[in-house]
Amino acid sequence: MMDNFSYSRPATLKEAANQLGKEHGKIAVIAGGTDLLGEMKDNLAAPERLVSIRHIADLQGVRASASGLRIGAATLLADIVENPMVQERTPLLAMAAGKVGTPQIRNMGTIGGNLCQRPRCWYYRNNFPCYKHGGNTCFSAAGENDFHAIFLGGPSYIVHPSDTAPALVALGATARISSGSRERTVPMDKFFVTPREDVRRENILLPNEVLTAIEVPTAPAGSKAVYVKEMVRETWDFALCSVAAMVTVKDGIVADARIVLGGVAPIPYRVAKAEAALMGKPLNEASAAAAGLAAVDGARPLAKNGYKVPLTQAVVKRALLSLA
Amino acid sequence: MKLSVSIQVNGRTYDREIEPRLLLVHFLRDSIALTGTKIGCDTSQCGACTVLLDDVAVKACTCLAAQADGCSVTTIEGLAPDGRLNALQEAFWTKHGLQCGFCTPGMIFAAQALLRVNGNPSPEQIRHALEGNLCRCTGYQNIVRSVQAAAAAGVR
Repeated sequence: MMDNFSYSRPATLKEAANQLGKEHGKIAVIAGGTDLLGEMKDNLAAPERLVSIRHIADLQGVRASASGLRIGAATLLADIVENPMVQERTPLLAMAAGKVGTPQIRNMGTIGGNLCQRPRCWYYRNNFPCYKHGGNTCFSAAGENDFHAIFLGGPSYIVHPSDTAPALVALGATARISSGSRERTVPMDKFFVTPREDVRRENILLPNEVLTAIEVPTAPAGSKAVYVKEMVRETWDFALCSVAAMVTVKDGIVADARIVLGGVAPIPYRVAKAEAALMGKPLNEASAAAAGLAAVDGARPLAKNGYKVPLTQAVVKRALLSLA
Repeated sequence: MKLSVSIQVNGRTYDREIEPRLLLVHFLRDSIALTGTKIGCDTSQCGACTVLLDDVAVKACTCLAAQADGCSVTTIEGLAPDGRLNALQEAFWTKHGLQCGFCTPGMIFAAQALLRVNGNPSPEQIRHALEGNLCRCTGYQNIVRSVQAAAAAGVR
């Protein structure tokens, strides 16, 4: 049973933001609640107040904008998967959103929540006193680290669990954030923070801020994209490794490539070396293999997650070949 | 710290004073005594608590009753208001799509969501659509056959 809390349902974003506090954890924003309620049941989070933003009209739905799409943060993942504009202009996002959880979770979970969800590390989820809980160690570093980071790890070795995050970074999306009185926009690749930047948090949101929308530019003309997700089981799990790849081939050679990995680093991890390995080459077996190899350059596996290195290499190659 | 909510369940409106922490599944089972919706894992995994919230299938164990305020909910009881099984339930009955029956309400709603958008699903599509629902008797073969039979009988 969860501790009790108070619950409010403000009518507007401004009202919602005004109810937020100066400190993380005490007052929490709830939209779908698919992650937050799980955390509260397990006593990982115990907010005194929930501020619901699920019903606020400004945070809902997909709209066409000058450069692409504006997607309200409280838009359901299922609505993103099925939205014809998303399918046409940013198919990579539709594919990635469709890989989240199960139908029921996509019917309740929102894109904002998918981006702001907390890590799935089993030490974190079992309430070990780790860095994420204010402690001074990461139990996975010398422990059971089968599913942990091979890039950018330390001092915490969590991986970012979101499927939509790698897609949005690849698409060059922007996060819109509001504190009620102040608005700011942040490129998606600057929205997430590594444990070295802030070991307690996975993104830059301040306690009094709400993620309000994602601006997604239309995918470049002639580009092709794919989201590939490898899991322990065939469905309904978090990624061991996922790849969001978007490639534009002009006159037979790669003119633009964006390759972003999920499930292998504490943030969605853009692999510039893999992109460079493709540029100016035809997209074929040889260039895809070179990009796969380049993608794992610099990987630092832990004792039990070494398998993620060849897995990532293979999944990058396979994703790219599917676009050839 | 009570909260007033008004939730329409199977067409009838229930106005109640609740604690904010009350889960929708407990509201259904304990506050208004509709026990057809089951609590299996209480962690969003098993799907036994699946109901329709504003006409889409969600897990009632990971939804606050407060989140359903002003919404319309359909539970398994709502599919057979006069005690007669609907065509999808009938298909589960004739094809032995249930053993202990605990997962059945959730399976029915997941299957119904599929049949609405795909009237002729392949066994693989059925399995994917039911990926959020576990059968503790592992009776999946007959559940897939039941959904196929419902599709063949024209259930949409």
